Formats: sequence, structure tokens, C-alpha cells
Amino acid sequence: MDGFVRVPVREQDAKVRATNFKEVCLGYNKEEAESEATRCLNCKNPKCVEGCPVSIDIPAFIQQVKEGDVAGAYQTISKSSALPAVCGRVCPQESQCEGKCVRGIKGDAVSIGKLERYVADTAREMGIVPEGAKEKKNKKVAVIGSGPSGLTCAGDLAKMGYDVTIFEALHEAGGVLVYGIPEFRLPKDAVVKKEIENVKALGVKLETDVVIGKSVTIDDLMKKEGFEAVFIGSGAGLPRFMNIPGEQAMGVFSANEYLTRSNLMKAFDENSTTPIMRAKKCVVVGGGNVAMDAARTALRLGAEVHVVYRRGEEELPARKEEVHHAKEEGIIFDLLTNPVEIHEDENGWVKSITCIRMELGEPDESGRRSPVEIPGSEFDIECDAVIMSLGTSPNPLISSTTEGLDVNRRKCIVATEETGQTSKEGVFAGGDAVTGAATVILAMGAGKAAAKGIDEYLSNK
Amino acid sequence: MFKILEARELTTNIFQMIVEAPRVASACLPGQFLIIRVHEDGERIPLTICDYDREKGTVEIVVQAIGAETQKLSKLKAGDSLADVVGPLGQASDLVYEDIEELKKKKIVFIAGGVGTAPVYPQAKWLKEHGVDCDVIIGAKNKDLVILEDRFKEVCNLHITTDDGSYGRSGMVTVALQDLWNEGNKYDHCVAIGPMIMMKFVCKLTKELGIPTVVSMNPIMVDGTGMCGACRLTVGGEVKFACVDGPEFDGHKVDFDQAMNRMKLYKTEEGRLLLKAQEGDTHHGGCGNCE
Repeated sequence: MDGFVRVPVREQDAKVRATNFKEVCLGYNKEEAESEATRCLNCKNPKCVEGCPVSIDIPAFIQQVKEGDVAGAYQTISKSSALPAVCGRVCPQESQCEGKCVRGIKGDAVSIGKLERYVADTAREMGIVPEGAKEKKNKKVAVIGSGPSGLTCAGDLAKMGYDVTIFEALHEAGGVLVYGIPEFRLPKDAVVKKEIENVKALGVKLETDVVIGKSVTIDDLMKKEGFEAVFIGSGAGLPRFMNIPGEQAMGVFSANEYLTRSNLMKAFDENSTTPIMRAKKCVVVGGGNVAMDAARTALRLGAEVHVVYRRGEEELPARKEEVHHAKEEGIIFDLLTNPVEIHEDENGWVKSITCIRMELGEPDESGRRSPVEIPGSEFDIECDAVIMSLGTSPNPLISSTTEGLDVNRRKCIVATEETGQTSKEGVFAGGDAVTGAATVILAMGAGKAAAKGIDEYLSNK
Repeated sequence: MFKILEARELTTNIFQMIVEAPRVASACLPGQFLIIRVHEDGERIPLTICDYDREKGTVEIVVQAIGAETQKLSKLKAGDSLADVVGPLGQASDLVYEDIEELKKKKIVFIAGGVGTAPVYPQAKWLKEHGVDCDVIIGAKNKDLVILEDRFKEVCNLHITTDDGSYGRSGMVTVALQDLWNEGNKYDHCVAIGPMIMMKFVCKLTKELGIPTVVSMNPIMVDGTGMCGACRLTVGGEVKFACVDGPEFDGHKVDFDQAMNRMKLYKTEEGRLLLKAQEGDTHHGGCGNCE
């Protein structure tokens, strides 16, 4: 194989996987990984590291893979990331590390994500765990939320020797990794649970079923329970709806509800007691990664699925790989299309959705060309379910119960990018609670920055 | 795990349990609710809080065994544990934030229907503890289904009505309310908690009588923290989430017909799963949904 083309990764056949919840991508084996690793040029000034929100020493771990030293490669990655098996699967590498790879100028970038996944999966099979702190600091830190930012922040602080407790509102740790991202992209038992076990093995305590702001407030954690610093990584929160007629009909769901039922509550499994609607024909509204996850879940539960998105193919916010996989599996994309009304049958169930064709006009403030309705172009799609995947707005549970915690115009918590410091002393924040809905790795980057910020704060206190 | 300290059947199919849940017990206020899971892999079940003891760190729940999961719950005994208890969730009743002296001037009536009697209790008890009197109307199908009577008697002026007239007054709660009104009880504030159909008709009557009315909504929920949007309702033309904006709302603004319709959503599916579980390998697919 010449150096311009990456070693292809094995995947489940599209026709087969469209009917099951097993992982789509099968990953590299030893031979494939070592072969791909030889493509890394080991640049003196590695651009890939700059592209990584948690600054993994990418060339170093790839050299270790090339030499067959998976344990060493794992420890190299672990210095920067608590969740390599997750990141290897769900990071948008094409716009981060791989997007900067010099190999990408004249051919394929090095397949960094797939190599990271290979290292994490192999290390797990070998029973290798990350190295914990040598010395304990006698200082308690509370981390709110066990999603990507919270796990990263907790892991980093534990490695520095802090006494860390994570508070999770749901009954299971992982945040969006367990309720949002489906099994076929990110296996829960084999991957997510194991990575969380690794964080706990660093000494991090986990208390589930605690809703901060309701069960206990941040002020009480600090005043009554002895926590000297708090990190808020509570995630994005409330699902948005379109506010069009018919949205309360039975068969209209938020993507959060549909995915939570399937992923967290395991409704995809016949043995689960949690019900989920197995639609015949389902319309998913939105074009992000969450929309792709909802669409591909509905497809696997037996539906014909249409993704309705108001802009064009180029503007789809989802990762290219996810769109490509969705198309391979048979999902139909109705682009430059926007819903205007949902119709109910006589029993209150969804029977169809009226959409209107759009065209792209002038670029808006985000730089994207804004979609404009084409008058008179309305048409109906018959369907029995509609899944709204339009993003989320921040949950006010914490901001409304914590004195002196500033939020911005969009109700996101205000925190500095460098340290995660909020307007309240000793309280730090990061991830979707600060930025609004974004990616797993950006949340991890924020968790990492906040761990550093908390360490500086407590060291100088 | 959350240990069950006491468990008993109050009446046919309605169960009372006292559960260790220190964080919930220390923070909860009347009007709020909690979510439990009976076992690992179980459903998240939203339940009302009937009483709480901050010192002992316990909460009391009252539950009607209607679905597959609540039936499993009803079989648990003292000494068993629940996999999860999370809360308190939702907003506390507005009453707890009002000026006590103002409250004392008001004539307050609670209307409790069926298992909805349980969440009325902590509100009436809270008022009693703050020196505020109130009336409570408990409505039940028949004498056997009246619950918590003795405890209510200690905290309020209690009126009981049964559909079949086997105990107390005769007829629906709306009849009892109209009669009490006609007898000279000019209520300034009404709180109705029970089946949606009951709350709908209470609101119809109180609107005619001009009594501001609060209802407690219990739609389908998953996470209970505002994440999924399953519990959305239309209140005064706006979409509200029962779990974070409620569960209590202005009853005269709630779209009950829509809310009742949305309750039907999973009935067939849950029933199907229950059937399948009960029949095991002999399930024949007669429900029309299975293969």
C-alpha cells in the first residue's frame, strides 16, 4: 500500500447493520494498526497535537504503536485523555488532529482516531489501567455531571491527588455517552462503562441520583459538605421544539427523549420494560450528529426514515462519516426542506407533516447562507412519528439555585476558557453548560482546562 | 441502593412505603416529587411524596400498582431495597413561599382523588404546622378505597365523598365542592390533585365559581430533570415541562384534553410488554403487535 492512502477500517455491512445495534465500525487489528502507524511522519512540529483539544502527544503514541508497545502508547494517551476509547470513536478527527495532518495535503491524513481506538481497546483487553496519583492532597472537589467534561476534570484532579466526588443526576454515569450516543456508535458495557471504571480506579467517588440544585445546592456542598472547589459540567439541558402546530401530537418526540429511551433505558432491547415507539415511517428534523443518531436508531427499530433539514448537504452540521453511514444504511435526506405543520389523525396520532422547500440566501451572522422559504412549495410527507433534533437550551436547575453564578444572554454559565473560572469563587464550569451543545472532545478540553484552573486555585488558597 | 423500612398495602392495589433517602428527605418541600427505579434495568417511575422525615432521612411514597414496574414494586417488603431514589424534583407548591399571615386569611380547599390523596397530605400538614387551616375533600370510588383518613383528620377539616355513597357524602368531588360552596364555604383558593379527568372537571367548576385553582400534573416522564421533553404540556398556550416548570400549574390554563390524550402514548406498548412477560414463551402474538 502506498503512503498516500490510509489503511481502510473494517465495518459491518450496511445492509446487515441497519437491522442491529452492534457497533458499525470494527476497528483496526494489530497488523492494520502497525501498518497505518508507519504512515506517520513523526513531524518535528506536529500540527496534529495543535488540533487536539486535549493536546495528546499523538506522534509519540503512534511511534509506540509502530513498535508494538501498546501499553506505552496507552500511558502516553492517558496523560492527556481519560476517555481514549470514547474519543477514538466519536471525536470529529477530520476537523481536528487529522484535519491538520500534513499527510492530508497530498493524500489521506493518518487515521489517528482509529489508532487511538486501537490502543484503548487493546489496552482494555490486556487489563492495563491508567496510573493514579502517588501522593494524596487532602482537599475535596465536587464535580457535577459525569459526562465527558466531568469525567475528564475528575480524572485529571484525581491524578493530581485531589479527593474528588462526581454527582450524577441520572441513575447511571456517563452523561451524553450513555443517554445520547447510541450503542452502534459507542458500546456502553464494553467501552463506556470500562472507561468510567478507569476513572473510578484513580480514586474518584461517584454518587448517582443526586440532582444538584434540587437534592443539594452548590452552596451547601461548599459550606456543609466541605468541598473546597466545584466543577459544573451539567451538560446542555432542555430540548428545543419548533413551536409549529401539531407538535403535541402523539408520535412527536424530542431526539433527547427518543435516544434516552433507546440508549439509557435500553428500549431497543426486547427485554427492557421501557417502551419506545417503533415507527413505520419517521421524519427526523435537524441535521446534526444527534439527528443522525436518532435517525439511525429509528431505522434499526424498523422505520423508513427521512431526515428533513432546512439547509443543504454542505451545511449539514453532522460529521461527514455519520452522514455517509446514514446514507449507506438507507436513510433518505430531504434537504432544503423545513416543516411547517404536523397533522394528527382522529385519535391524536401523527399522520403526516407538511414541509416547505427552501433555497439558500445571503450568509447570516454565523457565515452560513441562511435558508429562505420558496413560496407555494409546500408538500406533505406521510409519517407516524416525528423526532425533533433542533439542539438544546441550558437547564436552569443549577444557575437558578446558586447565588452569584452569572449566566449570559443564552442562559449559559459564564466561565473563562483558560481555567473555567465562573463569577463565583471556587466554582468552575465547562462543557455544554457553558458553550451550549457542542462535541464530546470540546467538553473534555474544557474539563481539562478547569482541572488545571482548580489546581491553581486550591494551590494558592 | 435505597432501603425500604416499612411497606404495607393501604387498600386494594395501593401501597405505602417508607424508604431511606437522606438527600431527598433533607431537601424536599410539599408539591415536589421523586423518581424511583425498582431494580437495575427498571423503568424510571415518577411518584409523589406523601410525607418525609428530615431527621430520620426517610420519605414516604404511596403508589398504585398499575403497570408492570409498579406491580414489581408492590411485591417488595421491609428490608428490601430500591435501586434508585432521586429527587426532590419539580417546583415546590407556591403555598410554601407565601406570607403565612396572608395564607391565614384565605379559605383554602384541597381536592384529592384516588391515589392523588397522597401528595395532598404533605401540603395540608405543612399548612397545619404553620398554623393555617384548610379543608380537604377526598374522593374515592367506595369506602374501601379511601386512604390516609386518620392522618388527614389531624391536619385539616376533612370531607369524604364516595362515588357509590358507601361512605361520607355521595357523588363525585365536584358535587361535594358545589355542596360545600352552597353551604356557605366561600373558598379563595383550590388545589386539586388526582386523575386528569377529575382535575379537568374540578377546574371547570372552580372557573364558574371563580376560585383560583392549582393542579398537579403527572404526565409521562423519563429523566424528570428537563432533559427529554416527554412531559410537555400546553399551559396558557405555552409549552411547559411538568418536571421542571411544574408539576403544579394554574388549572384554568392547562389544556387537559391534550394532556389526557398524550397519556395514551405508551399504553398499548407497555401493555404489550407486560403481556409478553406474563405469558413468557407461550406469548402467541394475539395483541397484533408482535411477530
